[in-house]
Amino acid sequence: MSVNEVTESTGLPDRALKKAGAGRTTVVFVLLVAVLVVLAIVSACLGQVPTGPAEVVGSLLHRMGLDLGPLPAHPAGEVTLWEVRFPRVVLAMLVGAALGCAGALLQGIFANPLAEPGVIGVSSGAAVGASAVIVLGGVFTAGWALAGAALLSGLLTTVMVYALSRSNGRTEVVTVILTGVAVNAVAGGLIALFTFVASPAARDQIVFWQLGSLGGATWNIVAVVAPLTLAGVVVSALLAPKLDLLALGESVARHLGVDVERVRQLAILAVAVLVSGATAFTGIIMFVGLVVPHLMRLALGPAHRTLVWASVLAGAVVLLAADLGARTLVENADLPLGMITALIGGPVFFLMLRRTRARQGGWA
Amino acid sequence: MNLLPRLPVPRLPGRDDLPSRSAPGTVTMRGTGLRLRRGDREILHGVDFAVRTGEVVALVGPNGAGKSTVLAALSGDHPLSGGSVEIEGRPLDGWSSLALARRRAVLPQQHTVGFPFTARQVVQMGRAAWARTPRQDDDERLVAEAFATCDVTHLADRPFPALSGGERARVALARVLAQDTETLLLDEPTAALDLGHQEAVMQVVRRRADDGHAVVVVLHDLGLAAAYADRICVLEQGRIVADGSPTEVLTEDLLGRVYQYPVTVTAHPETGTPLVLPRRSPHSAPTTAG
Repeated sequence: MSVNEVTESTGLPDRALKKAGAGRTTVVFVLLVAVLVVLAIVSACLGQVPTGPAEVVGSLLHRMGLDLGPLPAHPAGEVTLWEVRFPRVVLAMLVGAALGCAGALLQGIFANPLAEPGVIGVSSGAAVGASAVIVLGGVFTAGWALAGAALLSGLLTTVMVYALSRSNGRTEVVTVILTGVAVNAVAGGLIALFTFVASPAARDQIVFWQLGSLGGATWNIVAVVAPLTLAGVVVSALLAPKLDLLALGESVARHLGVDVERVRQLAILAVAVLVSGATAFTGIIMFVGLVVPHLMRLALGPAHRTLVWASVLAGAVVLLAADLGARTLVENADLPLGMITALIGGPVFFLMLRRTRARQGGWA
Repeated sequence: MNLLPRLPVPRLPGRDDLPSRSAPGTVTMRGTGLRLRRGDREILHGVDFAVRTGEVVALVGPNGAGKSTVLAALSGDHPLSGGSVEIEGRPLDGWSSLALARRRAVLPQQHTVGFPFTARQVVQMGRAAWARTPRQDDDERLVAEAFATCDVTHLADRPFPALSGGERARVALARVLAQDTETLLLDEPTAALDLGHQEAVMQVVRRRADDGHAVVVVLHDLGLAAAYADRICVLEQGRIVADGSPTEVLTEDLLGRVYQYPVTVTAHPETGTPLVLPRRSPHSAPTTAG
C-alpha cells in the first residue's frame, strides 16, 4: 500500500473512460429510438386495411399541417390509421415504457435484479379489482368502470403491502417481498373465487383480461395512461441518483445521506401509478418489468441515471414488438399480449438466472 | 406496526447544513447511557462513550460483547431502548440523513453491492452528500486521494462484486475516506486484510486522526489497537469495563478475565507498546482460565 503523499499523478483516467461510456450510451439510445420509430411505422402499416409506410408517414405529416407524402389510398385507410392503429401503437409504447421504468425503479430500491412490479402486488391487486367488477357488474360492464377498479385496487394493494411490511418506521427488503408473497396469495384466492362464482361469459372476460391485450386502445385511454406514465417516469428520473446509493445497502445509503424511507415511499408510489395505469386498460403483461431493466443493465452498466431512461425506451420497444407479434403471428387473430411476453420473457429470465449463477454463484 | 405510512414531506436542507471543522480535542460524538435491545435480549446495558477530534478510539472485546452494536448505536442504525447519541451536541433525531452524512462516515463490516458497479463508482458514491455544495469541487481530488491511500487505484475499473474480500474492504474504506467527514466510525476495517494491509490501513486511520478527525474503530487485534489507538475501550457483555490508554487498559488480569483465556502482555521490542500474546505451552493444550 502506498502511504506516500498523494500527488497530482494519482488522478485516475476518469475522463477518457467517461467518454468511452458516454459513446456507448449514445449508441444504445440512438439505436433504441431508431428501432422504436421503425417498429411504430411497421406496426401502423400492418392489418386488414393495407397501408404502406409512405402512406403512414404522409398521413402523420398531413395532420401536422405539412402537405408532404401520399395519403392512404384505401378509402378506410385514414380512419383505420387514426382510430385503430395509432392509438394502439401509442398505448403500446406508453405501457411498455411504464412497465420498463417501474421495473428499473423497483429493482433499484430493492437493490435486487429479481424485483418485478408483480412482487409488490400491483398486478394481482389490479386483477382482483377487475374481476370483482366483471362479476358484480355483469358482462356488459363499461370498460371504464373495469379500468377504474383495476387502477384503484392495484394502488390499494401496493399501499397495503408497503404498510404491512413497515415496522419501527422502517421497511426491510425481505419483509416487503415476503409480504408481497402473502398478499399475492390472497389476491390469487380472490381471483379464483370471482372466477368460480362468475357466469361463463363473465368468466371468459376475467380470463381474457388477465391475459393482457391492447386490442381496446382508444385516444381516450391514451389520454389517461399518458399523464400517469409521464408522472411516474419523471419521479423515477428524479430518484435515479439515489437508487445508485441504495445498491450499497439500506444502511450505507442512509449513512451517505439518503432518506431511504422517503425514497422508498416515492418509488413504490411511482411504481404503483405506472403499473396500475398500464394494467388497468391492458390486463396483466408479464416479465417486461423484469427483463427490460436487466437487459439494459447488461448493455449500459448499473448506473440508474441512464438505466431508468434506457428502460423506458426499451420497454416501449419490447412491448411494441410483442404487440406487433400478437396482431400478426396468427392471421385474423389478436393473440393475448401477456401470453407472448410471458412465453418470450420466461426463457429469457431463465437464461439470465443461469448466467448470474455461473458468474456470481447465485444471489446470496 | 404502522398502518399509515408517513407521507413524503419535502425537507429543505437547514442553514447550518455545511459543517465547519472543530478545534482539536472537541467531542464530536457522544453516547450517553446507551441501551439497546435486539429481540427480547438487551445487548448494551448503559454505555457511555465519547470521541474527540484528533484521537483514535479502539473498541475491543470478545465476540458478542457489543462492539459492533455500540457502533450501530452511534451511527443510528438501530433504535435505542435507552440513552441518547449526540453529534455536535444535537441528538441524532435532530439531524437529517444528509446533514449527518456530512458529519460522520460509517464503514460497515459487510461490503455488498447489489449491482456490478465499478470500484470507482462505489468510491464516487462516497461524495454523494456533498453534491450541489461548494465542497463538490473537491470530489475528483478526494476520490483520487482515497484510491491512492487505500492502494486500490489499480482496481478502479473492476466491478465491485468481482473483487476479493480484502479488496472490497479497502475499496469500502476508500469510499468512507472520500466522504471526508470529521468523524469516522469503522467496524473492523482490518478484518479481511493481510498483515501488510492491516498495518497500512491503521496508519491511514492514525493519520486521519492526526489531521484532526475523530475516529472510532472496532478491532479484534489487540496488538493493532495498542499500536495505533490513543484510547482503548474494552467491552464485556454490553458494558465498558475499561477505558484508557493502551498501557493502562491492556493488563493480563483484565484481558484474562474478559476473554476468559490467559494472556501475557509484553512490550514490543522496538516501540515499547503493549503486545498481547495468548499463553501457550509447547506440549499440552492450553487451559482455560476460570
